[in-house]
Amino acid sequence: MAEIQIKNVAKTFGTYQALHDINLTIADQEFMVLLGASGCGKTTLLRIVAGLETATTGEIWIGGRRVDHLAPKDRGIAMVFQNYAVFPHMTVFENIGFGLRMQKLANDEVKRRVERTATLMHIEQLLNRYSGELSGGQRQRVAVARALAMEPDVILMDEPLSNLDALLRMEMRAELKGVLAESKTTAIYVTHDQVEAMSMADRISVMHQGKIVQAASPIEVYRNPAAEFVAGFIGNPPMNFLSATPAGNGKWTVAGETLDGPNATAPLQFAIRPEDMQLADTGLKATAKVVEPLGAHLLVTCDVNGTMIRAILDSDHKVKPGDVLTLAPQPDRVRWFDPQTTLAVA
Amino acid sequence: MNARILPYVLILPVTLFLCLFFLYPFILVAQQAFSTGSGFTLDNFRDVTSHWKFPISMKNTLLLAAAVVPIQLALALLMATMVSRMEKGRDLVLYIWTIPLGISDLAAGLIWLAIFEQSGFLNTMMSGLGVVDKPVNLLSYQHPGIVFLAIALAEIWRATAIMLVILVAGIGLIPKEYYEAAEVFGASPWKRFLRITLPMLRPSLQTALVLRVILAFEIFAVVAALGGTLFPVLMGETYAYQFDLLNGGAAAAIALIILAISIGFTLLILRLLRVPKGASI
Repeated sequence: MAEIQIKNVAKTFGTYQALHDINLTIADQEFMVLLGASGCGKTTLLRIVAGLETATTGEIWIGGRRVDHLAPKDRGIAMVFQNYAVFPHMTVFENIGFGLRMQKLANDEVKRRVERTATLMHIEQLLNRYSGELSGGQRQRVAVARALAMEPDVILMDEPLSNLDALLRMEMRAELKGVLAESKTTAIYVTHDQVEAMSMADRISVMHQGKIVQAASPIEVYRNPAAEFVAGFIGNPPMNFLSATPAGNGKWTVAGETLDGPNATAPLQFAIRPEDMQLADTGLKATAKVVEPLGAHLLVTCDVNGTMIRAILDSDHKVKPGDVLTLAPQPDRVRWFDPQTTLAVA
Repeated sequence: MNARILPYVLILPVTLFLCLFFLYPFILVAQQAFSTGSGFTLDNFRDVTSHWKFPISMKNTLLLAAAVVPIQLALALLMATMVSRMEKGRDLVLYIWTIPLGISDLAAGLIWLAIFEQSGFLNTMMSGLGVVDKPVNLLSYQHPGIVFLAIALAEIWRATAIMLVILVAGIGLIPKEYYEAAEVFGASPWKRFLRITLPMLRPSLQTALVLRVILAFEIFAVVAALGGTLFPVLMGETYAYQFDLLNGGAAAAIALIILAISIGFTLLILRLLRVPKGASI
């Protein structure tokens, strides 16, 4: 059992506040992804959990035990580094067995575990090679095998796939997810790649400027973003925003159209995902500016009352720049945000 | 110009320079060593190796290298590790530690002579403290151990910094991530030094050791200042043959012997510290 609790963790580097009062609980065997743009503090948070960085304030608990005063090796964790950190002067076998040797395990136990994890990661034929003789993908596998061989309670991964090419990344994504589910460890996975986050996570913590903006399941983060930042960060292309003014009785005026919305008196932001709009007889009047055929879909960038929005339409539609489209937002997919707080309004 | 020829054209001046001022004199020295005026002979080598001072100077040279180089290596590693971990004042410390590099070996010998001679600092201090009644001549034939110690100390003081700068540069090349990985996987600071720093430092260790070992076999001025004739070394014998005995052939023969020892140790060091294929950073 290894539940991770991050309690009131903050971190400052000199005068720069990298993390603000982070609170997060990661359930046993959960796959938690920390997602955010570079500089948002996600790697710092991971390194604090690992013990490679010390929090300025706050506590880290792993499996019901407070660990923030312990050395990394005493926390029951293993880590996969962004640049793999596969030791160049050791063979693959010695690399995978490094942590086991440090624990002074018997030779046959080291051999057994190294061979088992190597087989799991499909690198059993590379055990006698040095890292200079391996490809990036193979090094990645060695780094993961080295972590798994420790049979840790918690596995921490810092952008482990970011140095691989696109095809390999897709392949490793699925494989890593399977292997980690099998190993029954709790995982924290740092990435800036939302596709990686969506496809692998049990839960995603979206981070922005040293804070966790939303921690929820991938589909929840996608469908019900808690803040404008999440709505604009997740999804490719991201959510569209239009200013809305209240027309009373839960009616809102958006780009000249009247739509149903929440009961509020101050102006709000109307938000809709590009794929949640259809061509219809009534709706938002949009002038197509750029049309990008993407095979199954058309990505249309259009002008609605001076604001650019994007719509994803079926590629059967014949749309060319200059056409005036009538886009009807799917009512149950419309979201509203308060421009003052940037938070979602129910 | 043709891109295939250009590199060779560019290295031509330095090649010519080396041939003219290094290769040619070297051939002359070799010629001198292998002749006594009448064709090829090994007489010079026979002469110098059968002389009673040869085994002693050979033994002294090797003994000094064996005592000094390992201590310098250990010290340089320790100092380099300390400097690499400093966040502030790193450059200042490095400059201070490398000051002895700017002092010639004879001057270094004289500095240590001022400490050890009969009217030197050490004697003044010892008699001041009442350890000895009157100043003793420490650097005399009665105290061969002290002579050896003084020479070794002067050498360590003078030439450790050359290894230090090479090792500091080498340690700087090791990515931090390897240390972090080692730490996460349970390696103590000492284990990290043994399992990460030392093996990844092999190329720098090679350079530092080769340089130091060659210089150790060429030791001359420090010994001349502190030991004089009490402590004969190979390079001192070369000097004596050339300028005191005016026997250029014999001097050339010893010079070649020193060269052979240097080449032998260089090959040994390169072999022992070689990095396997595919195992470099």
